[in-house]
Amino acid sequence: MISFVAEDRCEPCGACVAVCPANVFEAGPGGRPVIARQTQCQTCFLCELYCPADALYVDPDCETVRPVDPAQAAPLLGQYRRESGWGEWADVYANEHWRMGEIFARARALATPRT
Amino acid sequence: MNDPLRLEADVLVIGGGLAGCWTAAAAAQAGASVILAEKGYCGTSGVTATAGPSHWWVPPEPPAAREQAIAERHARGFGLSDPAWMARILDITWRTLPTLAPFYRFSVDDQGQVQHRGLRGPEYMRAMRALVEHLGVTILDQSPALELLTRHDGTVAGAAGHRRQEGRDWIVRAGAVVIATGGCAFASHLLGAGNNTGEGLLMAVEAGADLSGMEFTNYYTVAPAGTTMTRSMAYTFGRYFDADDRELGIHPGPDMNRALGEALLKGPVFCRLDRVPQDIRERMPQVQPNFVLTFARQGIDPYRDRFAVTLRAEGTVRGIGGLRLQDQDCRTRVRGLYAAGDAATRELVAGATSGGGNQNSAWALSSGQIAGAAAAGLALREGRGVQRIAYVAGRAGLRPSAGARSFDVGAAVELARREMGDLDKNMFRRGEDLAASLDRLSSAFAELATHGSALGGERQRLREAAGMLAAARWSKASALARAESRGMHHRSDAPASRAQFASRQRSGGLESVWTRFERQPAEAVP
Repeated sequence: MISFVAEDRCEPCGACVAVCPANVFEAGPGGRPVIARQTQCQTCFLCELYCPADALYVDPDCETVRPVDPAQAAPLLGQYRRESGWGEWADVYANEHWRMGEIFARARALATPRT
Repeated sequence: MNDPLRLEADVLVIGGGLAGCWTAAAAAQAGASVILAEKGYCGTSGVTATAGPSHWWVPPEPPAAREQAIAERHARGFGLSDPAWMARILDITWRTLPTLAPFYRFSVDDQGQVQHRGLRGPEYMRAMRALVEHLGVTILDQSPALELLTRHDGTVAGAAGHRRQEGRDWIVRAGAVVIATGGCAFASHLLGAGNNTGEGLLMAVEAGADLSGMEFTNYYTVAPAGTTMTRSMAYTFGRYFDADDRELGIHPGPDMNRALGEALLKGPVFCRLDRVPQDIRERMPQVQPNFVLTFARQGIDPYRDRFAVTLRAEGTVRGIGGLRLQDQDCRTRVRGLYAAGDAATRELVAGATSGGGNQNSAWALSSGQIAGAAAAGLALREGRGVQRIAYVAGRAGLRPSAGARSFDVGAAVELARREMGDLDKNMFRRGEDLAASLDRLSSAFAELATHGSALGGERQRLREAAGMLAAARWSKASALARAESRGMHHRSDAPASRAQFASRQRSGGLESVWTRFERQPAEAVP
């Protein structure tokens, strides 16, 4: 579930409030996003892609709210957006999704016992 | 409460996932004015946005290759699929997907070939939003639909819902409506499926539609325990172990989920992905960036450490059932009401075996193209009919049949989740268990319909609960009546297929549910 908004990174743009499919955020004072409905989060991580400031952190546990230390999690911020090649990363990290077909084929070959 | 937002259009599309976007695009390209209402945000909502959809993709040349692909797939439909529909969606997908090029950066492979077949979900849905915006579609984000509007002759006149970030209702009058609300995942924590709660099916049935194939709802996908991450590609390399670290005989293939399900009923199951080759490990972040996220954040090296896994129920997402289509135009039984994508039954192309991502994506695209064009055609021919009186069709959760009193929404959702998710209730099926499930679900639905009531934004959760209970009832009733095993539907008390059931099964009803097998062989859709 959505865990925290890194206040030192957030440049309130309203994107997370707009794009969350579960309407988890609300715009607070100064347009700053507030996590208003945490347990409604569907743990899809998509808000992180749409946050140009890499200020959002979603904990992978979708069943229970776990305490996360923002300082410890700070190095993990922005990983999803970077590796997806969004924004300024577009020409650094290519979308290699098309390789799925060959990866499946190799897995099947491995699973088939050799005769 | 603020005054409602009142709009009109030729075509209203309910749902802004993959199918809804392809529907809206086709309707706009046919010359219709289009409004798309989405519960969340068009671009992030629905199961495509978090996935990596490949499409069923067979070149038109040589023709024999397509014929062979269709014949092979039809054989796995166990008598319930229709080769003509398969040919149709292969053709539409092949012709249509490349037209997304202005909005999606298609990859080029190592041989310099453009790869159209597989797209990464977030980018695909971002492109779909750009496409429909480019075509002038009016998008209502954060605007869950609550009910359909009908005219006195039973035709559909629009829909009404709520603008949840503005605290006001919306009412759209339209000449035709397309239900593209996706499958129902029964709150299973399937990745990206939080909005897939079945009220689209409920709304359509309240307006007079019926369903088909609702017994095919027992597909599951593996995920690290406690997470939503049902990105399953890497698990094709997986090895599985019990609590004592004894390797289990669970191998990739069509029987893997049932073997995993049996093991999970006995105790925790752990996975090792140590057979994933090194070069694939290095590429994984650029192939499936979300797959690696959960492990990085839990401090797990999935290629070295063992980690607990679970199975997430797919409901009618990678299940098959949904609204029954009456004709070649993806129309439901109700005039003016169409269905596209996972909200519609996929038996026509998948039969009794899950279409999986490939076929479901091709179906979302193609049925959207068909339904959008047909809805536009009807509205442009016959007008929007906005001068005629429209009636609200919603019942359970909106207009209690007796006195409103408090209703435990959380308990209702939990009931639907367990009845449609628990392995011993839904993966492994027996007649007496199905009957007991149906009783529990019917009681809960009756209580909700009789007394459930809410105001403003709270109506959404109540309607979602009603949608899940209703869809679960249709599913249990259908699974009970299909007293055999066929495709994904497996009955422990009737493990063989029986000739008398070699046809599609319709279902519907609200106060009481009904099912009926079609004539054999599976009735062709004219």
